[in-house]
Amino acid sequence: MQSFTTLESIAAPLPEADVDTDVIFPARFLLLLDKAGLGKHLFHERRYREGRLTDFVLNRPPYDRAQILVADANFGSGSSREHAVWALADFGIRCVIAPSFGEIFFANCFKNGVLPIVSRGDDHASVMSAAQAAKPLRVDLERQQIALPDGEAIGFDVEPFRRRALLSGLDEIGTILSEEAAAIAAFEREQRAQQPWLWLEDGRMERLVETEGRRK
Amino acid sequence: MAGRTLYDKVWDLHVVKNYDDGTTLLYIDRHLVQEVSSPQSFAGLAGEGRTLRRPAAHIAVADHAVPTRFRDRALPDGLAARQLSRLEANCERFGIKYIPMNDDRHGIVHVIGPELGFTLPGATLVCGDSHTSTHGAFGALAFGIGSSECECVFATQTLRQRKQKRMRVMLEGALPAGVTVKDIILALIARIGTTGGAGYAIEYAGSTIAGLSMEARMTLCNMSIEAGSRVGMVAPDEATLAYLKGRPLAPTAGQWDAAARHWLSLASDPDAAFDLEVALDVSALSPQVSWGTNPGETAPITGTVPDPAAEADPARRSKMERSLAYMGLAPNTPLTSIAIDRVFIGSCTNGRIEDLRVAADIVRGRRVAPGVSGIVVPGSASVRLQAEAEGLDRVFTAAGFEWRESGCSMCVAMNDDRLQPGERCASTSNRNFEGRQGMGGRTHLMSPAMAAAAAVSGHLADVRTFGMA
Ligand code: SF4
Repeated sequence: MQSFTTLESIAAPLPEADVDTDVIFPARFLLLLDKAGLGKHLFHERRYREGRLTDFVLNRPPYDRAQILVADANFGSGSSREHAVWALADFGIRCVIAPSFGEIFFANCFKNGVLPIVSRGDDHASVMSAAQAAKPLRVDLERQQIALPDGEAIGFDVEPFRRRALLSGLDEIGTILSEEAAAIAAFEREQRAQQPWLWLEDGRMERLVETEGRRK
Repeated sequence: MAGRTLYDKVWDLHVVKNYDDGTTLLYIDRHLVQEVSSPQSFAGLAGEGRTLRRPAAHIAVADHAVPTRFRDRALPDGLAARQLSRLEANCERFGIKYIPMNDDRHGIVHVIGPELGFTLPGATLVCGDSHTSTHGAFGALAFGIGSSECECVFATQTLRQRKQKRMRVMLEGALPAGVTVKDIILALIARIGTTGGAGYAIEYAGSTIAGLSMEARMTLCNMSIEAGSRVGMVAPDEATLAYLKGRPLAPTAGQWDAAARHWLSLASDPDAAFDLEVALDVSALSPQVSWGTNPGETAPITGTVPDPAAEADPARRSKMERSLAYMGLAPNTPLTSIAIDRVFIGSCTNGRIEDLRVAADIVRGRRVAPGVSGIVVPGSASVRLQAEAEGLDRVFTAAGFEWRESGCSMCVAMNDDRLQPGERCASTSNRNFEGRQGMGGRTHLMSPAMAAAAAVSGHLADVRTFGMA
């Protein structure tokens, strides 16, 4: 995974609540099989009309090169589609700042080198007005701070393990496999003894495979 | 020690390791795989040369992109065909049981998981799909995840998670005639908002629950995510056991008694504490319909389209104005005067046999209104076959509905079942987001009974005026 340390960029303002993942990445593009190249469909219905670019914020210079998006409450709610994050990342957005997020979207960001920041009250208003003025923000994950254009710094919280993973670009699966293999195996032995019905390796799955379920 | 909730108990049974920072490595028993969220997970595994830790813990089915008009031939070449063959190839390569679209066990992941007995009480179950909360109806700890997390489950059978806070929704009273569990969940979301459940695992409890079928409980838990909560659960009881007994992947005869005893012990302790309590008297509810572009923008059918001018909060007002502009609705319009073009009965929320029975009861002996077209899409092949055995398909087709094959269909519009720009649909699905049923399409969420009533009326209608039993 791409690491995230610091980021300095202007931020695109999107002052609209409840922007769901269907709006961020419409379902008909979910037929695509790769993560790469999804940026062209980001906010598709907002960015294109009859094949032409609209004046949606991400189409307008200088925001078309923004690496930060400042959104409103409940950003990324709805569907679990990680395509929403892949599309943002492919477009070049590495950080989303909003008062609250859809939970699955929030978790997905961290898996893709994108930092979601929960900003509240006055802090959010300051970040939004910097975005609207097209002034650059500086996001520092190590220090957990956003520097505003006037030099003022706003702190933010982030889960320690997620912060570490982002800072180092950690391969989370590899880490679990190398560090927790024994604990997982021990858990499985215990569970299989206590709740054997949870273990489909006892022949039930094979019977399902063999059963004639097909239509003639 | 203070009592534990249902959620606490299932969580505790799956802790592989607790970390110092308060997060947990949680064991995942079951994983449902579909065509949309899995290609990138499999590609990630392949890229790292990884294999599945437990192939038997996963079942795959293509539900989102499949056509509902036919099952007897392959899809014409195109993106959907390629997505299906990619899933099939990945299942072959990684050793996962794949249920083809012409199989009698085909269906939407959240419909077939329970039908197969793959979904079990007290299990942890995930899927790269936000409506995985559905399976909580059985007392499973079930939640939607992204593709990267799916990849982690494939490789490790675990996820690193932080425990949610606990919320209990107490449902009291009996449902009035014409009011269903869909109306309960829509009314709840309208009340607590689309973020009201964020950060919480919901348990649905109260006197209403005992009288609800498993199908109804699934509808309830399914839409927890629309209130912002990834988890919605109901404690296992005799109805749960009766539903599961004899299902293909349910515990074998020798295991059944121990499993059933264990499941019944999972109910929240009487002294268990919840971080948040919400109560709803369901006996006072009217049928609900959504008027806006998220499920919280819902009102009783007896009401009118709200007026943004009456909303004091500027952010809420502008969201409302946006919703009404998209929906093409004027403030203060009576909801029953809103004319519709299309009707969709189906989805993982309301595509089960009971839903089709209720809708058929309204439609029987009536005709879909002129200018309206309706499709009925069973949630699974098994639902379809059951409905056909009961003659429901003929009730629908006699009324002018199209009777289709199983799949997600117009809930998500990834196949050719979709609204045209500007078309208005009475839908039993779960999301009325902009473009959800097709670009520019306008969705009104409601129960199957209400969608049937709208179909024969040609406009949104109060099903209670249809002289039901
Ligand atoms: S029916 Fe709709 S909500 Fe359910 S799994 Fe399919 S697309 Fe998702």
